[in-house]
Amino acid sequence: MEAGLLTIGLGHYLTLAAILFTLGVFGIFLNRRNVIIILMSVELMLLAVNINFVAFSTHLNDMVGQVFAMFVLTVAAAEAAIGLAILVIYFRNRGSIEVEDINLMKG
Amino acid sequence: MMIAFTFYLFAAIAVLGGVMVISSKNPVHSVLYLILTFFTAAGLFVLMGAEFIAMILVIVYVGAVAVLFLFVVMMLDVDFVRLKEGFLQYMPIGATIGLVLLAEIVMVLISRSADITTEALSHVAQPTPEGVTNTEALGRILYTDYIYIFQAAGLILLVAMIGAIVLTHRKRPGVKRQVIADQVATRPEDVIEVKKVRPGRGI
Repeated sequence: MEAGLLTIGLGHYLTLAAILFTLGVFGIFLNRRNVIIILMSVELMLLAVNINFVAFSTHLNDMVGQVFAMFVLTVAAAEAAIGLAILVIYFRNRGSIEVEDINLMKG
Repeated sequence: MMIAFTFYLFAAIAVLGGVMVISSKNPVHSVLYLILTFFTAAGLFVLMGAEFIAMILVIVYVGAVAVLFLFVVMMLDVDFVRLKEGFLQYMPIGATIGLVLLAEIVMVLISRSADITTEALSHVAQPTPEGVTNTEALGRILYTDYIYIFQAAGLILLVAMIGAIVLTHRKRPGVKRQVIADQVATRPEDVIEVKKVRPGRGI
């Protein structure tokens, strides 16, 4: 936060990541019935986390942050693939993707 | 000056894209705005000096994940207008929780960021080497110190691939498939029948 408005420092990137993360959370609440948008909101949150990792990594001159960002990307890709596969078979069985219908397991 | 202008432009585009992802009526538009957001985030990574992560972001997210989303959105024949009902119903609670969360994060950032930076600077695990490109620096530690985690990431992707195939694969009745075992096991006696045909009469 030591930087002013015109010198871009760590705080700028962290604030941007915070805004994007909040947008992701907001999107989950706003689109309570559409699973696809919820999955996209999760991707948005993961992107915000990645921005945080890379910002810290480059500002502290520590490479580990970028390594970890890569693993976050890996897990996000796997999660999207599995999530969409589950969505496809759910739609095949029920004919809808409304979140409010997904209560058969009664967990 | 130029860096500041680029940052603010890219940050504004990213936030606008994020807003449009969660608020557009058509999920196809949402996916396209998601791609825009990822592209601008990749631009910000380049601005920070992490080129490799930026390129990976474009390849993995725009090239694979977003296209996967696009395929699924277009394949599912869903009445998206009906899903949009009750959009405003959750607006107040969502806005409240979102604003509280944002305020909390920004408050922590403002009050503690100087401490965090000085404390973290004394615990640098892998200092960025001088005089090598970002990709080379990343490769040097990724294939040495983090090789087991790297392999585990590969396993995760393998499991995800097998899982997605197993989940979505289905056997549809009435579809003729090639069965190699049956083809190989076929003998001439089974398929060729020799008939004696007398002249002037049918079989």
